[in-house]
Amino acid sequence: MGIFEFEFMRNAVAAGILTSVICGIMGTLVVVNRIVFLSGGIAHAAYGGIGLAFYFRLPVMLGTMVFSLLASLLMAAVSLRLRHRADTIIGVIWALGMAFGIILVDLTPGYNVDLMSYLFGSILTVPNMDLYIMMGAGCVILVVVVWFYQDLLAISYDEEFARIRGLPVTRLYFTLIAMLGLTIVMVIQVVGLIMVIALLTIPPFIVEKYANSMAKMMIGSSLLGTVFCLTGLWLSYRFDLTSGATIIMVAGFAFLLTLAWDRIRPVAKTRAPQDG
Amino acid sequence: MNKRPCNRLSGGTAIGFQFNREDESPIASLMDVDFSYNGQPVLSHVCLEIYPHDFIALIGPNGGGKTTLLKLILGLVRPDRGSVRVLDRSGGAYSPAIGYVPQNVNFNEDFPITAMDVVLMGTLDPDRSRRGKKKDNMDKAMGLLERLGIGSLAYQKIGEMSGGQRQRVLIARSLMTRPRLLLLDEPTASIDTKGQADFYKLLEELNKDVAILVVSHDLFIVSNYVKSVACVNKGLHYHPHEEITGNMIETMYSCSVEDVCRVQVLAHGMPKPARQAAGGQTHGNI
Repeated sequence: MGIFEFEFMRNAVAAGILTSVICGIMGTLVVVNRIVFLSGGIAHAAYGGIGLAFYFRLPVMLGTMVFSLLASLLMAAVSLRLRHRADTIIGVIWALGMAFGIILVDLTPGYNVDLMSYLFGSILTVPNMDLYIMMGAGCVILVVVVWFYQDLLAISYDEEFARIRGLPVTRLYFTLIAMLGLTIVMVIQVVGLIMVIALLTIPPFIVEKYANSMAKMMIGSSLLGTVFCLTGLWLSYRFDLTSGATIIMVAGFAFLLTLAWDRIRPVAKTRAPQDG
Repeated sequence: MNKRPCNRLSGGTAIGFQFNREDESPIASLMDVDFSYNGQPVLSHVCLEIYPHDFIALIGPNGGGKTTLLKLILGLVRPDRGSVRVLDRSGGAYSPAIGYVPQNVNFNEDFPITAMDVVLMGTLDPDRSRRGKKKDNMDKAMGLLERLGIGSLAYQKIGEMSGGQRQRVLIARSLMTRPRLLLLDEPTASIDTKGQADFYKLLEELNKDVAILVVSHDLFIVSNYVKSVACVNKGLHYHPHEEITGNMIETMYSCSVEDVCRVQVLAHGMPKPARQAAGGQTHGNI
């Protein structure tokens, strides 16, 4: 294929693969812990960090990461303490964070990048540096998840039991959310806000039915995400469409397909009659 | 320290609270425990000692303190006053000597996890060196699953099992650390009558190795199998084996919200105020 002569295309593919792997791992944890809304909150609140970075002339990645970390830990604390009001407050931070960022960029003198570019990202203009950062972050996430796998599995499946066994549940939860915050920020820079949410949720959702372990769900989600990215990139090249949006359409289409498939051939629930 | 009198039924003398216990030490004990939640007293002056080979049913009305009692033994909450001891340690520290089977077995059914992995969670420990080798744990887990009759389901997803099978998985999980005491919270809430009988027979079998405390809403089935009954309604009334009679099986009482323990009524006749209201009918006070 001639397109691979172009560095931007090679980088786009690499970015797609790296994003899929990172989102496959973190997205699995998001979906099994039912914190998709929280992730959306983190992603949109990240705009506040972008705005802050521009206003105070900080490097964008750094400013956004610090702000996102604070916002995500705040939302994590809220979701633990005020469970029944958590989604309201997350919704508030979601909207405020984004508005805050936009206003700050308005107030920043000089020519500024359009914040909307962070919405859909720029997978076709990924510099090598960003790829290296993603690779590094991917390695860190992999190491942390492998090392803490049993603990993460425990707090995701049965938090009460984990507590009884003496696991530091709160600390683990905050670590998870912090990692999620950093993941989201990093991936937004490359593929945009919308795609982060799509890649965090759609592949894990599809794979969950078919996986019998969290690890397999992570691997399956990474592979599926990669398929979506490569398919979407090829289609956007072929039909001259925005790549980010095309990838999401591919993912969405697959999502609908699996819903339909599940109607026709539901995943067997071999229930024995009620017994003691 | 002033010892306030414990709220317990003394069928005979205060010493006769437990029978033949001088040679054994309790696995868990609550001494004079108070606990309030949001300013409301939930438990008051509660004493309870659980010995090896005990098989106690914990009954009482909702809000009466049963779940709180479990949480105190598990170390999830600390008492406002009094002490909770598990073996030699004060309650509050996680103890592998206590196994726990939660009430709702049907939560998180869609989670991608097999029975084997759920049972392996039983060996979790904040101290990684105490978690044991994976192979040894898997062998132990398989042994437990087979003992509970669901060995063939070891690698099935938890969502593909019936409620009863899921519950056995959770029991296997609780047995992984070879506990001395097993706590079960309303285990038969979603099981039919035949299933309940089978379930309690299983508990009887397990009782040879572990003491058991079962929280139950229903005295009816439970009284056939358990050795003693504790009624919790802010206070605690304990009824050792000798007091559980055939009458209890025929009567479907459980503790009511009023301050009268029906089990007390059944075991000892009418309580004083009711006795007078009944026009002086005498029932011997045992």
